[in-house]
Order: sequence, then structure tokens, then C-alpha cells
Amino acid sequence: MKSQHVDGENREKIFLFALSTCGWCKKVRMLLENLGLEYDYIYVDLLEGAERDEAVEELRHCNPQLSFPTLVINDEKCIVGYNKSKIMEALE
Amino acid sequence: MSDSFSITDDEVDDYYEKLKKEAEAYGYHLNRDVEFTKDLLRSILINKGRYGYGACPCRLASGRREEDLDIICPCDYRDPDLSDYDACYCGLYVSGAILRGEKKLKSIPERRPSPEDRKKIKNAIKSEAGVISSLPLPVWRCKVCGYLCAREEPPEICPICKVGRERFERFI
Ligand code: SF4
Repeated sequence: MKSQHVDGENREKIFLFALSTCGWCKKVRMLLENLGLEYDYIYVDLLEGAERDEAVEELRHCNPQLSFPTLVINDEKCIVGYNKSKIMEALE
Repeated sequence: MSDSFSITDDEVDDYYEKLKKEAEAYGYHLNRDVEFTKDLLRSILINKGRYGYGACPCRLASGRREEDLDIICPCDYRDPDLSDYDACYCGLYVSGAILRGEKKLKSIPERRPSPEDRKKIKNAIKSEAGVISSLPLPVWRCKVCGYLCAREEPPEICPICKVGRERFERFI
């Protein structure tokens, strides 16, 4: 998938499904950046055609409702929405 | 999709002033975090340019208007979310309790059904259509604000919340 990489401290594998237009998605990105963590993100609304379908299928695995932001930690733990305490807890 | 829709600060400010006035006049409140709110409004304007309609900035629009009628801002889910969670999904509209600082704004669960469930609901409504009513006129309901009217066709624009005719459903 055509994701963007953000450099930082490498602790957990962090992947964020986001929309470029969404306020809560931006808050999750700001939180990760304030924590100084390395992560990858993808803006699904900016994808088209097969690329978008692929990202949506990937997201469906952990969040069938296909809502944003969805944060996936180490390919297994999934946090839907901007839930600061849950995110902090998972990344501690 | 390239982001060729750059929206100026003036456009966002105008939209903000207009929407704020409208919201207050009809008993709604915009989020008082002006920076957050203006970011959302900029995003709605970007979506208008991209898709031709102001799709909800926090949901993935399909690009097909008829599939996204329920998420054109103000979406069909705003009022139930204001009742249950004191804010709309994006946090653009908030309740009086949040405005007064009695409650805090937080990210809320998504109420819009999944794509599969939306299909099921659509089919169920289709099969319900045709139920004979003994009323002299059909009753139409605005899915955004709940306004009801008994007339042959829904109005062109909802007199209460100003959304278009396509947002009405046959109620009785
Ligand atoms: S009312 Fe809120 S949740 Fe609904 S479309 Fe507008 S910004 Fe999104």
C-alpha cells in the first residue's frame, strides 16, 4: 500500500488508516508526533481505484465498519477513533 | 487523487460566519474550538470541489452522490448523535451542555451502518414501499431534522434545516 512514513522512535509497529479531511485523524497524528514515535499512515480518501479498494479491504479486517481514524498496532491491536487514553495505554 | 482544491482562508471564514448564524438560529451550536471547526469547514469545501457535494469530512465518500446522501453535511446522523453523545461524529456540531463546558467533547462511535448493512436497509425499505395508507396525502419526513409535512411531494428545500428534497423519506 502507498503509505507515508514518519520518522521517530521505533518501538511498536504503528499503522494509521486516516482521511486527509478528518479532524480526529489529525489529532491521532498529532498525538503520535508529540510522542515522537515512528509510524506509517495512509490517507484513504486520496486513493483511487484499485489502490483504494486494497486499502479498504485491509481496513475491513480490523474494522468492518470502515471508520476513521483506525490505528493498528503490531498488526493485531486495533483502536478505532481518537481515544487518547487507549492509544497511550497500548503504546506504553 | 491530487489535491487541486485549495480553499482560501476568506472562503473558510465566510462559510464559518454563515453556518454559525444559521446554526444558532435553528437551535444548533458549532464547536467553539474555532481552529478545529474551521479545519472541518475547509474540509467540507474541499469535498465539495472533489465530489460536487459537501460530504462529511470524517467519513470515506464514494464519489457517488446517491450513495452518500446520508453523509452530506449536515448528515442524517447528526441529530441522534447530538442526543446520545452531545456532538456530531466529526465534532462540528455540539450540544448546549458541551458549549457551556458542562461536558467534554470526545470522539464518538460511528453510527452510519457498514456498506453491507446500508444495502440491506435499502432493500428492506424498497420491499416496504407500496404499503397502502388510508391518509388523503402522504407524509414526508426530513431525514436530517425530522420535519414532517403532508403533501403530494416533499418540498424542494426543507423549510427548517434547508437541505434538499432528496433528503426526505416517505414517512406514512
Ligand atoms: S453533521 Fe457532523 S458528522 Fe455529520 S456530516 Fe456534518 S460534520 Fe460530519
